[in-house]
Amino acid sequence: MIEIEGVSFSHGRAPILSDISLTIPAGGVTALVGPNGAGKSTLLALMARLLPLQAGSIAIAGRSVAATPGREMARTVAILRQDPGVSSRLRVRELVGFGRFPHSRGRLTAEDERLVDEALERFDLTGLAHRFADTLSGGQRQRAMIAMAYCQGCQTMLLDEPLNNLDMFYARDLMRTLRMVADSQNKTIVVVLHDINHAAAHADRIVALRDGRLVVNDVTARVLTPETLQAIFGYRMEVATVGGLPVVLHHR
Amino acid sequence: MAGGAAHRRPLAGALAALAALSACSLFVGVGALSPRMLLDEPDAVALMLASRLPRTLAVLLAGSGLAIAGLVMQTMARNRFVEPSTAGTMQGAALGILLVTILAPGASILAKAAAATATALATTSLFLAMIHRLPPTQPFLVPLFGLVYGGVIGAGVTYVAWQADLLQLIEIWLNGEFSGVLRGRYELLWLTAACVALTWWVADRLTIMSLGREASVGLGVDYAGMLRVGLVIVSGVSALTVVVVGAIPFVGLVVPALVSRLAGDNLRSTIPLVGLCGAMLVLVCDMAGRLLRYPYEIPVGTVLGVVGALAFLAILHAGPRHG
Repeated sequence: MIEIEGVSFSHGRAPILSDISLTIPAGGVTALVGPNGAGKSTLLALMARLLPLQAGSIAIAGRSVAATPGREMARTVAILRQDPGVSSRLRVRELVGFGRFPHSRGRLTAEDERLVDEALERFDLTGLAHRFADTLSGGQRQRAMIAMAYCQGCQTMLLDEPLNNLDMFYARDLMRTLRMVADSQNKTIVVVLHDINHAAAHADRIVALRDGRLVVNDVTARVLTPETLQAIFGYRMEVATVGGLPVVLHHR
Repeated sequence: MAGGAAHRRPLAGALAALAALSACSLFVGVGALSPRMLLDEPDAVALMLASRLPRTLAVLLAGSGLAIAGLVMQTMARNRFVEPSTAGTMQGAALGILLVTILAPGASILAKAAAATATALATTSLFLAMIHRLPPTQPFLVPLFGLVYGGVIGAGVTYVAWQADLLQLIEIWLNGEFSGVLRGRYELLWLTAACVALTWWVADRLTIMSLGREASVGLGVDYAGMLRVGLVIVSGVSALTVVVVGAIPFVGLVVPALVSRLAGDNLRSTIPLVGLCGAMLVLVCDMAGRLLRYPYEIPVGTVLGVVGALAFLAILHAGPRHG
């Protein structure tokens, strides 16, 4: 469970987040959506302790983000940032192996090796395991970074626009993998998404921000109405049902 | 994350080559000395213990230390084109020694090393803080800025030395050579071995650091703390080298860049190779300096200035495949 209580954040005098309070229940996929500049990445960065809290508090699985030692947090929550831009020449297997660092402190046990293999398999990286990460395409590198975060084995995962750089095949593949991981391992996954239809298809909940304020935090079906979507994105869009699934016609 | 057989083979080769070169180095010099003479003549043994052995050890310590310092510097700056002599670190160390020489002329060599480390820390921290503002899409700006920055500090050092009539000393600190190394005058360099050991100890955390601050925080690595450890390693090695033998350029640049290209950036497996190759490069250049104008010597700093600059140009020409 993620508890966010009265969080505000400003950059100089420009307010980015204003008094956000919300609770994300344990287990399941939550999509964090909103227009550009809504504060999604900032909120995620605060949850991930990449930015210092200026006001309010955030707790993940009962641990205060501000007060818990970094090592312990690294075993609680795994993060993937937008455009991680790996410039290091690490082999994919080494990179994914560093996901085990919070547990093994650099000495991989047989169990760690098994988890690395499983992560490589799960994100379709086995064939690339011995390639240097800087020789991969953007999408392959993105998958390697996600595999590393997955390999960290945390109950909570925070992913900032993980679909960046991914083609349709791997975007769908990643969302299905996240869905499966959330279901089979009861993980809490928060993912910043730009494509509302990925949220519609794979997320249990949608948290929407606009101009630094919380617009809605509810189960997916209740968010996907023309009225609510207009409140989030600022224009009216139709919601159709195709094959039993809500589809937002946001591009028309 | 162990190296595996593929990493061990070049390592064994480098180790064998370094051992052979070190053995040769012991018998290269102005005074005639051969392995046979060691058995027959007590003077030969004395020469070996007082001069040749200390000199070779000093070369090995400085070479491996500087290569490792360069590796750490490149990891911290996340840029492959920087090293202590192109980032104001060596010049900062010279500034420290100069200030101690002016303010406390009788200070011990240990005090000089401590002061040099402190000023090198300051100038390197400032360098890292400033390159933080350069656009990451322009990797060549970092070495360019470093050269200008080091040049400015170097000019300041020269000015102060000129005012204090200490220009000859500056020459000694800023152009490294090993001809003055004798037993009793190089032992401080063993501290660089401690810096190398420290690097080995934190190798995994340094590798994670090379993934950036956010990845480090995500994996529970204290990024700011590791930056401080890295700064101490870089400044410590640079200051010790400048105090004992003088600045040696390009080792910290060329060796880590080449090893990275061949074996990657997983420090746990590349540190031994970087250290060995650094020692080997400086040893070869020092022996060349001893032999090129025999019986006169060319300082190793000068030899490396030429060799290293050429290698640097080659690396620049090969391009920043990944910044």
